[in-house]
Amino acid sequence: MLHTFNVNNMYLVLDVESGALHSVDKMAYDIIKADNEGKSPYDLPYEKSDIDEVLKEINELKEMGALDTPMPDMPDISESDGIIKAMCLHIAHDCNLRCKYCFAETGEYRGGRMLMSEEVGKASLDFLVKHSGNRHNLEVDLFGGEPLVNFDVVKAIVDYGRELEKKHNKNINFTITTNGVALDDEKIDYINREMYNVVISIDGRREVHDMLRKTPNGKGSFDIIVPNAKKLIERRGDKEYYIRGTFTSKNLDFVNDVKELEGLGFERISIEPVVLPDEDELALRTEHLERIFAEYESLTNYLSEKRRNGKHIVFFHFMLDMGHGPCLKKRIKGCGAGVEYVAVTPQGDIYPCHQFVGETDYRMGSVVTGELNRDIQNNFARCNILTKEECKECWAKYFCSGGCAANAYKYNGSIYKPHKVTCELLKKRTECGAALYAESRTEE
Amino acid sequence: MKHIKVIQKPCINNSKESGCGECQASCQSACKTSCTVANQTCKKEEK
Repeated sequence: MLHTFNVNNMYLVLDVESGALHSVDKMAYDIIKADNEGKSPYDLPYEKSDIDEVLKEINELKEMGALDTPMPDMPDISESDGIIKAMCLHIAHDCNLRCKYCFAETGEYRGGRMLMSEEVGKASLDFLVKHSGNRHNLEVDLFGGEPLVNFDVVKAIVDYGRELEKKHNKNINFTITTNGVALDDEKIDYINREMYNVVISIDGRREVHDMLRKTPNGKGSFDIIVPNAKKLIERRGDKEYYIRGTFTSKNLDFVNDVKELEGLGFERISIEPVVLPDEDELALRTEHLERIFAEYESLTNYLSEKRRNGKHIVFFHFMLDMGHGPCLKKRIKGCGAGVEYVAVTPQGDIYPCHQFVGETDYRMGSVVTGELNRDIQNNFARCNILTKEECKECWAKYFCSGGCAANAYKYNGSIYKPHKVTCELLKKRTECGAALYAESRTEE
Repeated sequence: MKHIKVIQKPCINNSKESGCGECQASCQSACKTSCTVANQTCKKEEK
């Protein structure tokens, strides 16, 4: 299977099954595209000798196994091996903001406001270690709601995790996802010392951020958060972080939000599409796609220009190091939700991921009682790019790896039915990421 | 080649070494709402 695409006048050909990527001139692009669509390249308005020359190069690539390659042998992933290596801990089902688009109902998650106790936090880590098999690297994201409203428990969990690391020869990478409101010097230094990654939510321009990310008394939170985030990042050194924003139908010009964040001194940025039902005024719908595609191309141009001028801005969804990406098994399995990654509520209930929390049909156990529903785990393991009809023939299958099960469930009522708009956005981002990759490799 | 430049050689890895599970879970890095898997790196290759 081939995918031909053009981003900002860069013509590219992806050999889907091998992952090979080729940059081609316009004539080769037209010829490969025609050939791929079963049309004769000799019908194109080029000289026969030129067409023959391109066809010869195409054959060379085929002989190298870099074009039109067959599907590789697939590893068996039809059942989960039961291993869980990553956890999202809902430290607080409560929040000190009232963001309009919050998928967690501003912290309540369909179950009321509640904080995780130290006991449940520790039981979660015990459960994780017990089910981690021979995995050495484990991950715990301290999530909410807003985890900083329950900071003493955060510290108790991390302390306990450090004990478990020694006792069981594990490495636990703690990460924290915060809105940044409650950051102070003590918390900043603690986070920078203990957290492998920190994600701080800022949507970009003040007016965009303040329109949707409001305090409980209805005021904007930009002026509270930005100084805190700047202080944290200034003190963070080389450790990983992301400033994470959300774009909605109200800021389809989100390149301006990336520019705003960059102007504030942030260099690791993720601006992501909102997840809301179609009827919500903030939702992203099919009619927005063309506009968003143009915006992603504009962002590609902007990042490319920055890089040429010596400034490397990381945009999370354009990151694509094709030569060092995940193995085939991971590309087939996808994000691991419900299989090797689970979320734990303040009460200790286990769900396939943070976005499933509160969907009681998907409650898969409890860290308090130790129960784990292996049927649900296996159902998620079987839901992959080899079993989902829409994914089997999709050129982006090894990049998105089946997409987000929670989005599929929320929009289409089944984890097996990917959400069309989400798919189209992912495909466009992959093309833009591949174009930036191709450009950087060409310059090398 | 005059018309085609190989940017990336075949890289979909199905070696016996693959599938160790030590790499980062996708949603733990930044996204939390929109899954991308291919931007994760292989832990074995990092070493």
